[in-house]
Amino acid sequence: MTSISQSADTAYVPIWRVRLNLLLRGMKTNWAMFAENPIGLIGLGLIIFFGLFALAQPILIDTVWKPSVYDPVSGYDIEIAYHPSPPSARHLLGTDPLGRDILSQLMYSTRFEFALGLISAIVTVLIATTIGAVSAYYGGIIDTLLMRFVDLIIMVPFLPILIVLSALMAIGMIQLALVIGILSGFGGTAIVIKSQALTIKVKPYIEAARIAGGGDRHIIFKHMVPNLMPISLLYMMFVVTGAIFSEAVLSFFGLTEIDMSWGLMINTTQVFGYLLRFDTWYLLIPASLAITLLCAAFYLVGRALDEVVNPRLRQR
Amino acid sequence: MWSFLGKRLLQMLVTLFLFQAATYFLLDAQPGDIADLLAMSPDIPPAERDRMRAELGLDRPPVERFFKYVWNFYQGDMGVSFQLYPREVTDIVKERLPRTLVLFFTASIVSFWTGFVTGKILAWKRGGFIEYASTLVGVILYTVFTPWFALMMIWLFAVYLDWLPAGKFLNPMVWIGQPLHANDVFIRMIWTALGGIVLFLIGYIFSNTLHRKARSAFRYGSFIVATLVVLGYWEFFTGGLAPFAWDILSHLILPVLTVTLIGYGGTMLLTRTSMLETLREDYILTARAKGLPEKVVRDKHAARNALLPVWTSLVFSLGSAVSGGIITETIFSWPGIGLTLLQAAQVADIPVAMGTLTIIGILTLLSHLVADIGYAFLDPRIRYT
Repeated sequence: MTSISQSADTAYVPIWRVRLNLLLRGMKTNWAMFAENPIGLIGLGLIIFFGLFALAQPILIDTVWKPSVYDPVSGYDIEIAYHPSPPSARHLLGTDPLGRDILSQLMYSTRFEFALGLISAIVTVLIATTIGAVSAYYGGIIDTLLMRFVDLIIMVPFLPILIVLSALMAIGMIQLALVIGILSGFGGTAIVIKSQALTIKVKPYIEAARIAGGGDRHIIFKHMVPNLMPISLLYMMFVVTGAIFSEAVLSFFGLTEIDMSWGLMINTTQVFGYLLRFDTWYLLIPASLAITLLCAAFYLVGRALDEVVNPRLRQR
Repeated sequence: MWSFLGKRLLQMLVTLFLFQAATYFLLDAQPGDIADLLAMSPDIPPAERDRMRAELGLDRPPVERFFKYVWNFYQGDMGVSFQLYPREVTDIVKERLPRTLVLFFTASIVSFWTGFVTGKILAWKRGGFIEYASTLVGVILYTVFTPWFALMMIWLFAVYLDWLPAGKFLNPMVWIGQPLHANDVFIRMIWTALGGIVLFLIGYIFSNTLHRKARSAFRYGSFIVATLVVLGYWEFFTGGLAPFAWDILSHLILPVLTVTLIGYGGTMLLTRTSMLETLREDYILTARAKGLPEKVVRDKHAARNALLPVWTSLVFSLGSAVSGGIITETIFSWPGIGLTLLQAAQVADIPVAMGTLTIIGILTLLSHLVADIGYAFLDPRIRYT
């Protein structure tokens, strides 16, 4: 009697631990595939670098940098007679025409770029996965209506609409992230995810779930959506690239109400007329390079993930 | 096929109507209207302002105004610009659309052709240093911050090397005192360029009937002949317009080069991915097993099938060229549709913004239609009924 109960005790493993182990094992094999590709690793390295870069700014402000001089928005260095000043030991990347430290601005903006990218990517994936799964699962009239709506959104030119919206209301970081997320969520991403959902819908486990008495909602959210997650994650990366790029372009045109961002730094350079002068390169190049590198980083990670998610692209 | 086209055209009209409705009400929601703008002076009494509003029809409900706008739109009347007051929007669009189309058609076609060829070769020779290097270059060109890239191009070619003008459509010093309209010269340039392309295409199609060895020589020959015909026309038959055409052309080179390079990266990467997927297909193995030459397998079997997604991307990018063109056109001060839209949005010139947005919408719709028709030609398995 006792021996039986003992063996039952040892055999008993809580379900969450089984799931965790499966998840970890899956992640390990996926990571091995991801790490095979140096392009993805370069991207990941860049993202980690920018993450540390963003974290360093508040620490530096608290310890080494005097806020009155190094504040990215309202700082001013009175000890330098003429602004913009070239890089020096005091200001590693020089100062902008308003006497603010460029390195500090660059670091301060990074966190908003991350937040913007993350919010718009999450909004996109929430919308696109729901639409894709629902549209593929039900088909018929729901599918037609949703897809025609998606067609309409795809037709909407992205940048012009943002420009028109900026004339309509003050566009801050959150509004911009939501608009980008909604437009790309109802747009092309939804179609890609729907086509993936169509292949999932006919898998045996969906049928098994239905036979076991699972309702529509249960099947969509417990069986289809988790299997759509890999491809959603992939498209998140591309949305982040798009979001950062759009923000930079809008700020560059001076159409946003953001107090500091990389695009705004270039806008300041343009407003003060330093755009095509190469002797003041430190006004233009650090911000532009940061935009390019962060966009490229997310894109590279996306491409490497593509090879993990899409077996047809693998080398072996 | 015809019933498919009819159905698609009907769908397009409905979509265009919805698009117009969305943009109209979005723009209409802006605070203030033209009457506030025109009657800004405090000397104008409120009664007068109301009269102006009634005269312009602004006291009517928005829905009624929208239907009136659509009705006028289909009769070719898109209203009058606020900013350039008595000019009609139709006139502005007619003047600026060719500039945008030329810039982006040329750049898209060149970048897609070169991107397709290099992407094809890259996928074929997979692995190794060259692949990583070119992928990296492609990614950098694809994700580079476009305004910055355009500025660097201006800096290099217009400031540092001083080979090309930095921006704008023409150099006023050349045109001053001439009884010419720049747009007439430009339209004439477009027609001659199209004539040259048609001439080259005739030679190209004819060359397909020739023996394989004579083929490429004949193609190069017809390209040179077409170029010479166009150049000869401008030199001898336009009555001294050549310097003016050259002025416009020299302003066109730098933006076209920039847009081409930006588009090139994306196409190359896309072709490479698409080729890699195609190369896994069984028919590639069959083609190899039959003992076909490598080049035939690559160009006739793999690349032809890998063209489908690239074709989609080409057509879509032509459609979205106008909207994406805002950036390039602004940096190069190229007075096309994109720059017009940006300027109109900045000063709340609603009729012009509405007109340019509608044109962008129509172009996008047309390009989607062209994409669908093109599929049927590229992939014989796709049939529309």
